[in-house]
Amino acid sequence: MKAIQNIGLVLFLVGLGIFTGSLFLGSFSLSESEVASFIESKGYKSEIIKDALTKAAVTEEELNIFQFSSRVRDAFQSSNDHYDALIAKYDAEKNWDKKGEQFQYKIYRKSHTLSYEVAKKAGAGFVKENAGLLWWLTFGLAIIGALLFILPNIVLLGKAGIKNNGIYHESSTNRGWIAWLVLVYLVTFYLVLYFMPDYAVNWTYILDPISKFLNGGEASQWFVYGFLYCIIMIVMAVRMYIKYRHNKYQVIRTTSVLFFQIVFAFLIPEIMASLNMPGYDFKNAFPLDYDFFFEWNLDSLRDSGAIGLFILVWGIVLTLIIVPVMVYFFGKRWYCSWVCGCGGLAETLGDPYRQHSSKKLVSWKLERWLIHSVLVFSLIMTLVTLYCYFTGTESFLGIKSQWIKDTYSFLIGAWFAGVIGTGFYPIFGNRVWCRFGCPLAAYLGLVQRFKSRFRITTNGGQCISCGNCSTYCEQGIDVRAYAQKGENIIRSSCVGCGVCSAVCPRGVLKLENGPEAGRINPTEILLGNDVDLMALVNQNNAK
Amino acid sequence: MEHIVIIGNGISGVTAARHIRKLSDKKITIVSAETDYFFSRTALMYVYMGHMKFEHTQPYENWFWKKNRIELKKGYVKNIDSKNKNLVFADNDTLAYDKLIIATGSKPNKFGWPGQDLKGVMGMYHKQDLDNLEKYAPNNKVCKRAVIVGGGLIGIELAEMLHSRHIPVTFLVREDSFWNGVLPDGESAMINREILRSGIDLRLGVNLKEIKSDGDGKATSVVIAETGEEIRCDVVGLTAGVSPNVDFIKDSDIEIGRGVKVNRFLETNIQDIYAIGDCAEQHEAIGSRRPIEAVWYTGRMMGETVAQTICGNRIEYKPGHWFNSAKFIDIEYQTYGWVWAQPKENESRFYWEHEDGTKCIHINYDKKTRAFIGINTFGIRMRHQFFDKVLTEKRSVEHVLEHLADANFDPEFYKLYEKEIVAKFNEENGTAIQLKKKSWKRIFA
Repeated sequence: MKAIQNIGLVLFLVGLGIFTGSLFLGSFSLSESEVASFIESKGYKSEIIKDALTKAAVTEEELNIFQFSSRVRDAFQSSNDHYDALIAKYDAEKNWDKKGEQFQYKIYRKSHTLSYEVAKKAGAGFVKENAGLLWWLTFGLAIIGALLFILPNIVLLGKAGIKNNGIYHESSTNRGWIAWLVLVYLVTFYLVLYFMPDYAVNWTYILDPISKFLNGGEASQWFVYGFLYCIIMIVMAVRMYIKYRHNKYQVIRTTSVLFFQIVFAFLIPEIMASLNMPGYDFKNAFPLDYDFFFEWNLDSLRDSGAIGLFILVWGIVLTLIIVPVMVYFFGKRWYCSWVCGCGGLAETLGDPYRQHSSKKLVSWKLERWLIHSVLVFSLIMTLVTLYCYFTGTESFLGIKSQWIKDTYSFLIGAWFAGVIGTGFYPIFGNRVWCRFGCPLAAYLGLVQRFKSRFRITTNGGQCISCGNCSTYCEQGIDVRAYAQKGENIIRSSCVGCGVCSAVCPRGVLKLENGPEAGRINPTEILLGNDVDLMALVNQNNAK
Repeated sequence: MEHIVIIGNGISGVTAARHIRKLSDKKITIVSAETDYFFSRTALMYVYMGHMKFEHTQPYENWFWKKNRIELKKGYVKNIDSKNKNLVFADNDTLAYDKLIIATGSKPNKFGWPGQDLKGVMGMYHKQDLDNLEKYAPNNKVCKRAVIVGGGLIGIELAEMLHSRHIPVTFLVREDSFWNGVLPDGESAMINREILRSGIDLRLGVNLKEIKSDGDGKATSVVIAETGEEIRCDVVGLTAGVSPNVDFIKDSDIEIGRGVKVNRFLETNIQDIYAIGDCAEQHEAIGSRRPIEAVWYTGRMMGETVAQTICGNRIEYKPGHWFNSAKFIDIEYQTYGWVWAQPKENESRFYWEHEDGTKCIHINYDKKTRAFIGINTFGIRMRHQFFDKVLTEKRSVEHVLEHLADANFDPEFYKLYEKEIVAKFNEENGTAIQLKKKSWKRIFA
């Protein structure tokens, strides 16, 4: 069994190695006619971009993606520099008409995005020509390897039950060097994905056939991310199924997040795209879906006829009605640990790291400040955006619409949710984003705290303060602090993953939905104690 | 300002300190020789098993004590000078008190076995035991086999701990079935099976004769009294129960029996000296409870009670209905009320066991009055509040079975066995109890 695991580990690492190494393969160049048709398709007006791009991309040299990217980005830069110089010149001459004309020639998008678009057309070589083989050597090997590593646990872990043995003895799950290595890999991955997509263009070639099959188009870096996301969740869900096979709540919950990720977040948007509809994730609620009210999305929905209108109405109803009503009945868990994609990844890939969330009081203070700030930020951004959208102005209350959207997308959308949110799993736990950053979680949390039937019931006086619940709470809630006083746990941040209840050796905790009355019970109600004494203690507390 | 000194930073002492602080501004000092800060003793096993780090066993962050003006002193109390209200420490340091709470807990029993003080022989109670275990049994290369002597709750936990590091374990139990002084036959047999199924070498009905030394003062084997069999091992765990940790009081004026003798107000024979927790011994047992109760929650309750008394509201220690819980490897156990190993004369029993042999319930009730007396539940979690109410209201066994759905405390979506249980009861007793649907109204009434 151990041998099978080792073989699995080797296969996984080989697959991961080829996957990573594939980025360095292939050569990139375009023919003159390809450059011409590319520029035409993009409608660039710059008069020198054609020459610059031709010089950069039409070559006999064997350029890898990094060299190619650098030359292409320089080409765009040189074009922009050229017109900037002209702008400066006409500005000095006070020739306003001429100055004004120059702006149309500038190409405004991010340099790596421009480079990605060129590179996607320019690649050649082994990866592109053998997408199927490469799929097996990367995804295939890694999946098989990971499963070989995971499946023997049915036997190795022993009988069904809580088996957290050795978690704090292993480098990978105890913040050792392996954990740091994983952190570096994940952070690098997200930096490439968000900020240097051109470097990952070879990955898109591997998935082109699948993308074409699903939506008729070639794979983008976002398709790679979505596909990878699903694969990782499926494989790690197998791990969850084995680890928690005695716990039906965990099994059903894992199936639910898996279903919503694969069907709602991945397949439905892809199929919609293939039908020329706007690809929409029907479960992704604003303000987590922060660009729902961005101009481009509203325009796209407006131009999509009935389905566009439906999505618009659905998106608003989802946030304003469905989300709070469901939280009232079931707690925020219905979304955060049953439906949400971020939650889904956290509960599968992130499960081995759940113990790393900080339980310190200062972390709780930081959490409350941060997450509610992000909520306010997202609301202000949306307010500004909508005001500008409907009035046609560029700013509201002195805040530029484009600036605040870019800032939010960069800081919260890319850095917080992606690079930090997932990249930091191995060291800071699997719910960094959900706990400190997600504006939707903040909103759900407010409802859960003040108007909900959900609570974690503490079973009278059975708690022995062992601390398993607190240790394995991914949201950093000091569950024990409540349980040992006999107090129910009502916390806005609780995502209802149910693991505190699962790891409790004394059957103290139960997630349940019940009447609101008595949900928040007095502290110090240790059952089994002298009733008069308890009344007295609570009376003193109330003072 | 009155100075309250508490010897022992376990659950009893710390609870007393916290509640005294809530009620007053008195100066509070907690003395301990074991650790700097309060930790949960029950969680030591999880540290060895790698479920947690030691810091996770500490329910309060380190700043908590200073913020609540609870002073912590590390030191071993050698003597209590009750005439001068003074503590003398092993290093001859002294500490004056106005009121003293003795909360020194237990120590593992040793019954004078030859070799019981050799290296590699340990209990599983103190932080130091954990350190020792880490030293002598870090893995199955250093410790090729461990022998555990004594079949109680700590014994089975120690077996599970060692097993988690793939160290072969031989488990010597004096009784002919595990913990059958407390558990009825069905439950006891279930745990025997659970131990064996985990791959632990369980030996029932055997006693330890001696522990042999390798010549350098380290344990190398044990000899079984009944068979004379010698078992090679590197670690010997002595888990034959615990007794009050009161040796240091023997030379004082404080009356002790097995533990520190206290009245219902947790007062000792000396004014201004109290004893709580595992080390306290009631002059007369309360209800069916034992005079000494080495249970987590009674320590906590005594701490709360003594805090009231010390802060001017003299109050009797009145524990409510008996309850307890434990986990036997993978099988959780809870008990509410009393289910003795052997039924008493007036008692009747109902036992249901699931076909997979890892879940059961055992209900004890009065033959004549039908009053519910207690329940053991294995592998099914039950609601404390439900049974506490049932016991207070002196409900019948029929009432309990009828409302069994309200009692269930398993996580959502778990399979429910109430129907099966009620059907079996009806069949055995010729009754026609109808199981009522779970009702939130009743549960939270």
